[in-house]
Amino acid sequence: MTQALVQIRGLHFSRGDKKIFDGIDMDITVGRITAVMGPSGTGKTTLLKLIGGQLKPDAGEIRVDGENVHALPRARLYQLRKKMGMLFQSGALLTDLSVFDNIAFPLREHTDLSDSMIRTLVLMKLAAVGLAGAHRLMPSELSGGMARRVALARALALDPMMIMYDEPFTGQDPISLGVLVKLIRDTNATLGLTSILVSHDVAETLSIADDVKIISGGKVIADGSKEDIQRSDSPWVRQFIDGLADGPVPFHYPGEPLERLLLEDAG
Amino acid sequence: MFRSIELTVGAFVGIGLAALFMLAMQASNLSSFTSDGQYALTARFDNIGGLKVKSAVKVSGVKVGQVSAIDYDMETFEAVVTMRIDERYDKFPKDTIASIFTSGLLGEQYIGLEPGGDDQVLADQGEIRHTQSAMVLEQIIGQFLFSKSQDNGGNEGF
Amino acid sequence: MKPLLNAVERLGRGSIFLAKTLRVLPKLLPRFGLVIHQLHSVGVQTLLIIVVAGLFVGMVLALQLYYTLSTFGAEDTLGMLVDLSLVRELGPVVAALLFAGRAGSALTAEIGLMKATEQLSGLEMMAVDPVERIIAPRFLAGFIAMPLLAAIFSAVGILGGYAVGVDLLRVDAGAFWSQIQAKVDFSEDVLNGVIKSFVFGFVVTWIALFEGHDCIPTSEGVARATTRTVVHSSLAVLALDFVLTAIMYN
Repeated sequence: MTQALVQIRGLHFSRGDKKIFDGIDMDITVGRITAVMGPSGTGKTTLLKLIGGQLKPDAGEIRVDGENVHALPRARLYQLRKKMGMLFQSGALLTDLSVFDNIAFPLREHTDLSDSMIRTLVLMKLAAVGLAGAHRLMPSELSGGMARRVALARALALDPMMIMYDEPFTGQDPISLGVLVKLIRDTNATLGLTSILVSHDVAETLSIADDVKIISGGKVIADGSKEDIQRSDSPWVRQFIDGLADGPVPFHYPGEPLERLLLEDAG
Repeated sequence: MFRSIELTVGAFVGIGLAALFMLAMQASNLSSFTSDGQYALTARFDNIGGLKVKSAVKVSGVKVGQVSAIDYDMETFEAVVTMRIDERYDKFPKDTIASIFTSGLLGEQYIGLEPGGDDQVLADQGEIRHTQSAMVLEQIIGQFLFSKSQDNGGNEGF
Repeated sequence: MKPLLNAVERLGRGSIFLAKTLRVLPKLLPRFGLVIHQLHSVGVQTLLIIVVAGLFVGMVLALQLYYTLSTFGAEDTLGMLVDLSLVRELGPVVAALLFAGRAGSALTAEIGLMKATEQLSGLEMMAVDPVERIIAPRFLAGFIAMPLLAAIFSAVGILGGYAVGVDLLRVDAGAFWSQIQAKVDFSEDVLNGVIKSFVFGFVVTWIALFEGHDCIPTSEGVARATTRTVVHSSLAVLALDFVLTAIMYN
């Protein structure tokens, strides 16, 4: 029996009238890279925000490291968040601080370390993502891929137990894509982290994930190890993994047939 | 970088406080208050006209203080005016006369003091005995018309 | 009916936001450096426009009042009238309107962009409260800067009035200042003006920060929120000015 770092039970969440999650159960196993995949707009980012306690579910509970995230008082939630790193799609670096100060930020906020200690730590974290030479730059001078690497260094600054990656591969050139894939795999292995990776880039994601969950229509439609998913013969899974234009998710947006629309227009 | 921000903010706050100081000292009456050790005098008038608290008290046209309180005495049926005089001018003779004047034809009213020749000096909280009430324009015009009609009445039997 | 409900709901959200902001203000004391940084962007960067506007307003006031006063032969009261207009009304009000346009809109855009680029969410996930770290220092800076800016506006305006009145129109310099010192009351006029500018600074900064924090996190959402900040805070300043004037001088 493997240990689950994150346990999600009966999660319901809706935004306005739109149901995003309709009863989701999920276990994230400790020490592994779990990929949460699904078509755009299925609420993958929302799931990360629910795990981080930034959003409240309508029903169900999420336990991280045994603690019910949404029942915690504020101070305890903040303690828990120090153990969760999150890498946002845009990097979410503070634009008025330099790269160095961005990474030093969580250390300065949460620890009483001396300036020289902070300097050492920051440069080590930056070196781990290969950007120690860029510590004086401002975020506006970084490329998208570099910004994400800096954000990763910042997420690692407090030595968290898990890291959540929100669409880390979107809009990257092949080289920075390769760098990110390597960084995610290496940090998880060397630091003994648990990683949750939200993405719809099938090839890159499958190349590093240990476990895969596929969400569609507010439900988990596939859950298993990478090999299970690759072997799956479910039409849903096959359409998503193989990138087929038509399948259970129809090519045509639901509505009236084309013939009638054309006639209406003419009439 | 960091230091220059603190420098400009310091300059900004300094300029702001200097502006407040200027508004207080140069551009308002705050500078005409002196804090303590003031010399208070009272005077009774039949009619104070439009005199108000903070109206000026002048001697020979020089402002020496201001009206600090105006009360009404129900026993003598007179207005009691308290003036605070700058301590530099605390030696007014006992027979000083206090009159209520108007600056210009329609201007503000103020108290004019005319020192007499007495050797004795008014103490703090002392009362000025000789006063002259405010001129009320309607009364002056009324008196003028009255005397005019009396003159006419004598000659022509109106 | 729906717009009314929306407006009431926004007011509710705004009030809750204000309460959260005020509650964390004591935590700023040991970290006053944050406020100093914001005083730079909110105060120092608004200073130039305040000085230039104050100078021109004072000069125009002197010109306009001079021609009216000279028909009554009362030019000597020019300084007093310029001073009173500035200290009681124009200083706090015009400075607050300029503050809303310059600093308020910048605050909304900044906070809105931080929201749109997930910087606020990022702070939360780093276990840092954005209200405490981002909102509260800006709020306090706005509240401190506004009265200083209004005082600078009035002071510069009086000097502008002096330049036009005394140097150009040959009003007697002694009469200019002595009338001011005789008729402008410190507590009644100057202090009430300062109280007004504190209130305006509070309200404008509150609206600006709330609009930024509450905006839809897209480019369009931020643009709209910025416009709303300028419109709403200008209207709020003018309406509050009426209310405050009615309370203070009645």
